[in-house]
Amino acid sequence: MNLQVCDLVREMSEEIQKLIRAGGIERPLMVGIHTGGVWIAERLHALLGIEDPLGTLDISFYRDDFSRVGMNPRVKPSHLPLSVDGRHIILVDDVLFTGRTIRAALNEIFDYGRPARVTLAVLIERDGRELPIEARVVGHKLKLESRQHVKLSGPNPLELKIVNAPGGGGPQ
Amino acid sequence: MTGGAVTMRPPGPLPAGIQLTPDGQLRHFLTIEGLPRALLLEILDTAESFAGVKNQAVKKVPLLRGKTIVNLFFEASTRTRTTFELAAKRLSADVLNLNINTTATVKGESLLDTLRNLEAMYTDMFVVRHADSGAAQFIARHVAPHVSVINAGDGRHAHPTQAMLDMFTIRRHKPDFSRLCVAIVGDIMHSRVARSQIHALSILGTGEVRVVGPKTLIPAEVENLGVRVFHSMADGLKDADVIMMLRLQKERMQGALLPSEHEYFQLYGLTEERLSVAKETAIVMHPGPINRGVEIGSEVADGSRSVILQQVTYGIAVRMAVMSMAIGARAGR
Repeated sequence: MNLQVCDLVREMSEEIQKLIRAGGIERPLMVGIHTGGVWIAERLHALLGIEDPLGTLDISFYRDDFSRVGMNPRVKPSHLPLSVDGRHIILVDDVLFTGRTIRAALNEIFDYGRPARVTLAVLIERDGRELPIEARVVGHKLKLESRQHVKLSGPNPLELKIVNAPGGGGPQ
Repeated sequence: MTGGAVTMRPPGPLPAGIQLTPDGQLRHFLTIEGLPRALLLEILDTAESFAGVKNQAVKKVPLLRGKTIVNLFFEASTRTRTTFELAAKRLSADVLNLNINTTATVKGESLLDTLRNLEAMYTDMFVVRHADSGAAQFIARHVAPHVSVINAGDGRHAHPTQAMLDMFTIRRHKPDFSRLCVAIVGDIMHSRVARSQIHALSILGTGEVRVVGPKTLIPAEVENLGVRVFHSMADGLKDADVIMMLRLQKERMQGALLPSEHEYFQLYGLTEERLSVAKETAIVMHPGPINRGVEIGSEVADGSRSVILQQVTYGIAVRMAVMSMAIGARAGR
C-alpha cells in the first residue's frame, strides 16, 4: 500500500492542532489503544509537544467477545498516568472498523473517572461500522471488501498492509 | 470425603488432559506440577495487567459479567476466601460463598449431590478448599464440562494460587529467577504451600531452592524435587535472595514432632539477627496468617524487608488472572 504512515501522522497532528486552537482546549490528555494506537499516539504526542505523559489502554478486559474468543494471552497493563476527571481526552487508535474497540475503550476510560470530552483520532477509517461511533481526526479513509483487513505493523518502521482474512471480516 | 459414594483417588501426577484444554489453555487450576513454563509466565503477565485495576475509580472490569463463581470451602480460611471473593467481584462475576461444614453435608447430602445441585444452578466455577489431599482433583473429574475448578488448597497436596502470587511477588522485586537463591523455611512436611512453591520455582528455572527446618518437619523425599536441605538457619539463609516463611501449624505441636513454641522460635524463628546472613537486598515472605514469636519475630514481619502485605494485594490480581483464563479457555467450546 502506498500510504506513508509518517505523512498521515503529520497531517493528523496538524488537524489536532487546529482543533485545539479552535476549541480552546487546554492541556489535552492523549491516550493510545494497544498496540497500534499506542504507536501512533507516541508520535502524535511528540509532534504536538503535549506536556502530560501519554496514557495507554489495553481494552482486553472490556471486549464484548470474551465468551466467544476467551482471554487475550498478550494483554498489557493499561496505564492512565493522571486523573481523567474533567480532562479533554484525545483517544488514538490505528484503525477504526466496527467501532467495538472504541466502545470498549470508552467504557474503560469511564471506569477511571469522568472526562469533560473525548475526541477520537484514527490513522485509518474504514467502512463497516457496527456502532454509532465516529472519528473527528482521520489520517486516511479506505473502502475495503468485508474479507479484507488493514493492518499496521511496527513500531519501527510503521507500515500499513491490506490482508485478506480467511472467513470474512471479524470484529476488532 | 464426607458421605461421598465414590472413593477419592490420591493426588499424584495428573493425566496431562485434566488441567488443560486440547490446545493447551488452562481449564482447571489444581496443581502447579507438570504445567509448562509458558503457562506460568502467562498467568504472571496477565496478573500484571489486572494489578492496575485497583487504581481505577471503579475498581472492576466487566470481563466475567454474568458468570457465577462458587467458593466451596470445606475448611476454614479467611484470607484465601476473601481474596478469591474480591478477585471474582473485581471481574464482575457473581459470587456464592458456601461453607460446607454448615450446610448440606451435615444433613447427609453427598459431595457429588452437592456438586450436581450447584451445576443445576448454572454456575461456572468452583473454588475449592478441602482438608483432604486430592479433593480438588476429585471434583474436577466429576464436574460438568461447563464448570472450571480452582484448587484453593487441598490437604498437604497443593495450593497453586498461593504459589503463583508468591512468584508474582518475587518477580516484582527480582525479575530474573535464574539468578536467585530462595530459602523456604519451616514445616515443609505438612505444607501444601511449600510443595506448590517448590514446583513453581523449579519450573521457572530458579537458580537454587533450599528448604530449611528441623529433621522432623522435612520429608525424606523432598530432595528428589531438586532442593537442598538445611537444618540450621545460619547455613540455610546464607546469601539467600528470598526467604519464604511457612506458617507453623500449632496443631502439630501436640504430636511428638515439635518442641514448644518458645523452643521452636529459639531454633527456627526468623529474627533480624538471623536475617543478617542473607543478602542485603533479601525479601521476606509469608503466606499468612503469621504466628508472631513462633516462626517469625514482629520486627521482621513488620520490617523493611517484609513483603507480606504486598503478597496479599498481589494475590487478588493473580486470582483474577487464573479465574479469567480458566473461564476464557472454555470460550467457543
